[in-house]
Amino acid sequence: MILQGFGAAAQQQLAAAKVVVIGAGGLGCPALQYLAAAGVGTIGIVDDDVVSLSNLHRQVLYVTADVGLPKAERAASRLKALNSDIVIIPYQVRLQKENAFELICKYDFVIDGTDNFSSRYMINDACVLLRKPLVYGAVSQYEGQVALFNVGDENRATNYRDLFPNPPDAGDVPNCAEAGVLGVLPGIIGTMQAAETIKLITGIGTPLANKLLTYNVLHNTVYEVTIRPSTTGAALLPKSETDFLKTDYNNVACINEKDVIEIDANQFHALRNGSGAVAIDVREWGEQPLVTTFHHKQIPMSAFNERMEEIREETVLLFCQHGIRSLYAAELLQDHFGAAKNVYSLKGGLAKCGAELGVGKM
Amino acid sequence: MQVSVMAFGRIAEITGNMNVTVQDVRDTTALRSYLEATYPAMKTAKYVLAVNKQIVHTETVLPDAATVALLPPFSGG
Repeated sequence: MILQGFGAAAQQQLAAAKVVVIGAGGLGCPALQYLAAAGVGTIGIVDDDVVSLSNLHRQVLYVTADVGLPKAERAASRLKALNSDIVIIPYQVRLQKENAFELICKYDFVIDGTDNFSSRYMINDACVLLRKPLVYGAVSQYEGQVALFNVGDENRATNYRDLFPNPPDAGDVPNCAEAGVLGVLPGIIGTMQAAETIKLITGIGTPLANKLLTYNVLHNTVYEVTIRPSTTGAALLPKSETDFLKTDYNNVACINEKDVIEIDANQFHALRNGSGAVAIDVREWGEQPLVTTFHHKQIPMSAFNERMEEIREETVLLFCQHGIRSLYAAELLQDHFGAAKNVYSLKGGLAKCGAELGVGKM
Repeated sequence: MQVSVMAFGRIAEITGNMNVTVQDVRDTTALRSYLEATYPAMKTAKYVLAVNKQIVHTETVLPDAATVALLPPFSGG
C-alpha cells in the first residue's frame, strides 16, 4: 500500500464490505469494475436484462460475443476474472417491491445504476426504510447527477424524495436509450459512484452527503447544491414495509407511456394521405437514405426547437432513422402545442419501415 | 434587482440557453411564472429550484443577485 491515507486498515474495510449494484448498465459497469478492482469483498449485481449491441458504447464490461446473454451473469464472470478473491453474486431478476427488501438488506451499501424512475423511487424508499446508504447516479444526454442518500445523522440525512418528492408524470423525462447519452458520461458518473462508495466504506475524505452534484461533460463544469430534509418528501415516503408494498411505483415516467402514438408503415401511409397532415424527417441534412418517394419536410433535430413554429398542419407524422429522435421530437411538439396537434412517430424509423414506404436501403 | 438563472439538462433546451438573467422577480413563485410566460414548455417541465445552491421546495424570497439553478430529474443509466 503506497497511497497515503489509505493503508491496510482501509483495504480490510473494503474486503469486509458488501455492496449491491442495481442495474449493470452504463453506470453499473464502471462502478462494478472499480469496486471489484479495489477489492470490495462481496458484490451483488442485480439486472434482469440481456446485453444488446447498442449497449456496448457505454456498458464497458461487455463484449460483442455477450450480445443476447444476461448482463448480471456476464458482468459477474468478467469481475471474477478481474479479482478472484472476492465474492460476486449475480441476481438475474428485476428489482421489484416484492424482492427489494430481501435483496437490499443483505448488503451494507447500495448503488443505484438503474435507468428508470420507477426503480429509482423504489430503491430510494427501500433504502430509507432499511437505513442503507444509497449512492445515487443518473445521466441525461451530456449531464450527470451524483448524490449520497441516507448518510450521516439520521435526523438530517436526506434522500431522493428530499430532492424530487414526486416521480415525474409519465412522459416528462425520456430515458437514456431514447434521449441518447455520450457513452463516456455514464462512465464518469458510475466511476464517481464507485469513488463515493469507497470513501464511505473507508471513511476517507468528505462524502457527498446532503448534496447533489451535477456534472456537464460538454463544458467540464460541476455544480453542487445542498439538499435539506423536506416535509413534502417525507410525507410521500412509505412509513413501513407494508406501506412500501402498497406503493404504486409503476405509474411513473417512461416516454413510451405518453400519448405520443407510435405508428407502423401502414398507419403512416394512411395518415399521410389524410387532410391537414405533414410528414417531417427530423434527421440531420445528408443522412441516408434520402426520402424521395413521398412528400415531406425536413426539420433536423439540431434546429427543431427553433423551427417547430413553422409546422402549420394539425397532424404531424415524424420520422427518423430508428424512431428514437422522432419520439423525442414528438414530445417537444406536444409540450409546445399541447392538444392542438395530433403527433405521431414512426416506430422503428426508416431502418424498420423504410422498405414498406418505398425508401431505398441504406 | 436581478437574478441569474442557470438551466440544467432538458430545461436548458427549453430556455435555449444555460444562463439567463431575469429582472424584478421577488420570489420563486414570481420566477416560475415569469419562466412559464416566457417559455410555455416550462409549464409542463419537471424541475426543482436551488437558490444560491440550496434546494428549496417552498416559496422563497430571492435576494438581489441571487443565482437560481433549475434542476430536472435524470433517469438515465
